[in-house]
Amino acid sequence: MNRGELTDRLPVATTRPMVGRCSRDRNGRLRRVLGAAVLVAGSAGLAGCISVNAPDKPIVIELNINIKQEVLYRLADDAGKTIDQNSGIF
Amino acid sequence: MRRAFVPNRLIPTRLLLAAALGLAVTAAPVLAQRDPAYAAARASGKVGEKMDGYLGIVGPATGELKAMVDDINIKRKAVYAQQAQAQHATVEEYALTAGCLAIARTVPGEKYQTPDGSWATRTSAPPQRDSRCP
Repeated sequence: MNRGELTDRLPVATTRPMVGRCSRDRNGRLRRVLGAAVLVAGSAGLAGCISVNAPDKPIVIELNINIKQEVLYRLADDAGKTIDQNSGIF
Repeated sequence: MRRAFVPNRLIPTRLLLAAALGLAVTAAPVLAQRDPAYAAARASGKVGEKMDGYLGIVGPATGELKAMVDDINIKRKAVYAQQAQAQHATVEEYALTAGCLAIARTVPGEKYQTPDGSWATRTSAPPQRDSRCP
């Protein structure tokens, strides 16, 4: 069984890199041109004005979202006692 | 050497005991019972329990109401901070836990904040709470 699978995989293993190399060779020139174009576009982008403004509102991270249920379960007993002991403000 | 300056025999034990008791009485139960104004505000639904463990103003905020709520919330935060440290938790975690419990302990007619942030009036049915609430 294993032998059959392995022999089946063999052509795949050998041909893929070859196909890859082959296509790269064929499109090598095109790729180089494309690469140059990307470089030019990139430098044009850099030359343009990129402005980063600080937000005028403070960044508020909602911490409550990150609090896990297990933490609440762990604290529940103590929090219950705390409420009992400070019943004037609860 | 030290004995000369501390005349232990002159301070009766009974007096010491009384002083200790006096301290305990004046220090601890400032928070034993709800202030009548707070109790009334709760009962009339002017204030409600928020999810985050603090008190919120439900309707229009008058100066008096705001002062009362702020005062209670400052005291709550102090308690949360102290207990959170003892439990190795953050103040927010502790406050959120207390909020869950405080909402669970509301009585019918009182206001509480639902998970979507709106105010609801507590009925005899269980309150709508955060899914993480114990």
